[in-house]
Amino acid sequence: MTSATTARRTPLYETHKKYGGRIVDFHGWELPVQYEGILKEHQTVRSAVGLFDVSHMGQIWCRGPQALEFLQKTNTNDIARIGLGQAIYSHLPNENGGIVDDLIISNLGKDKYFLVVNAATLENDFAWLAKQAKGFQVELKNVSDDYGMIAVQGPKALELVSKEWPAVAALPGRFTALELDVLGAPGIVTRTGYTGEEGCEFIVPAAITAPLWERLMSLGAPLGVKPAGLGCRDTLRLEAGYLLYGSDVDMEHSSYEASYGWVVKLDKGDFIGKAHFARQKAEGVKRKLFGVKLLERGVPRAGDAVFADGRKAGAFTSATFAPTLNVGIGMGYLDRPDLKPGAKVSVEIRGRQVPAEVMRMPFYISKELKNAKA
Amino acid sequence: MPKPEDCRFTKTHEWACSEGGTVTVGVSDHAQHEITDIVFVEPPKAGRQVKAGDSCCVVESVKAAFDIYAPIAGEVTAANEAVTKDPAVVNRSPMEQGWLFKMKPANPGELNKLMDWNAYQAFLKTAEAHAGH
Repeated sequence: MTSATTARRTPLYETHKKYGGRIVDFHGWELPVQYEGILKEHQTVRSAVGLFDVSHMGQIWCRGPQALEFLQKTNTNDIARIGLGQAIYSHLPNENGGIVDDLIISNLGKDKYFLVVNAATLENDFAWLAKQAKGFQVELKNVSDDYGMIAVQGPKALELVSKEWPAVAALPGRFTALELDVLGAPGIVTRTGYTGEEGCEFIVPAAITAPLWERLMSLGAPLGVKPAGLGCRDTLRLEAGYLLYGSDVDMEHSSYEASYGWVVKLDKGDFIGKAHFARQKAEGVKRKLFGVKLLERGVPRAGDAVFADGRKAGAFTSATFAPTLNVGIGMGYLDRPDLKPGAKVSVEIRGRQVPAEVMRMPFYISKELKNAKA
Repeated sequence: MPKPEDCRFTKTHEWACSEGGTVTVGVSDHAQHEITDIVFVEPPKAGRQVKAGDSCCVVESVKAAFDIYAPIAGEVTAANEAVTKDPAVVNRSPMEQGWLFKMKPANPGELNKLMDWNAYQAFLKTAEAHAGH
């Protein structure tokens, strides 16, 4: 027997080819890194609206009379805070205070929650959750193969979807969720995204995914909608300061170290690894994820060393040229948790020390999201 | 500015064109297309001595960095400041405004060992041409 190494395809594979997508292997999935070009697509999402195929992501139903208790035990965030039709970003902690995955949980009814997790971690997540579910009256169902997922992102995203699904645009703000009919099939829409822009994500039966893509393309044509690939998904999320699981956060790093302490609610009752989190909160962390911006030309990459006060303090876990800011940016763990925004550091790029500065993340936030937060 | 027909090409997709004893070097249209959106160019410093095949210039897209190799031996005499200021010029005009550096060849005859335009067109149809830069 040989292990299967064939890359998997989403329901949009043929659609990507039709739109000129440049297909690459992305953690075992054949997905488009770009169509016209990363910079153009990045700009489209910042100024108009882009469509992303995120069908590779995992979906898990969590239902039953003890669904909430189960999610409280397995999450750092306080899942009791989300009422019907609300969604929340959270971390799944392990016993050592590390992170099994980051995810978005939607409350879609009494004892009925919908989890969207990362593609590369799906199987591990499901096994982990199933193990923790013993003793709880809860049913977990991995429905990832049943669903496709399309992210509609950009300042014109809600205007686009309101043309056919006014209920989505009428949702009361970010991190809301709704079950609704999409092209005659039962779907779910969340007002979420990974770009730093307003928008939503459609989760629909696999067979509906390609027709939905075409419908969104034609509805959005007057607004300048374009397909957007994984290349700009990464530059957009980095500018927005979002973590990439497996790169920026993992089993070895805690939410506090990742500068995402706001997803840890120590006052909600017991949860896996709580003692570790409580200790870290009390004692402080020894290393912390910082955003860093280059002060000179150069393109930083993951793995590049970051120096503070003449000493290597850590390395980038993610880094890129930031198209909106026209400058190199990165994030990485530095063993200098005392550093403040504005602190001068340097980044070693191919043996050259490039002056840089610690920056408060996000590096960029759209005016729509800024206003939504205010 | 050179016509492709007057240039020589490497298997690593650099072009080199001789004019009045100076050789201008850049990347082919095929290469700029494969590299995708170019956001950074680090050209060699004038005065640097290079051998054929030396990595002497870096061109970076959003996703990755690409080494550019000296097509022949010689001394780097100038770098194109226009592409360091606006790297996208290499995408827009790889064989004209987007040239990367100029060289004084150690042996002007060395250029003739490289592929001419027709040979390069044939090379692009082979698997080797797509094995990476």
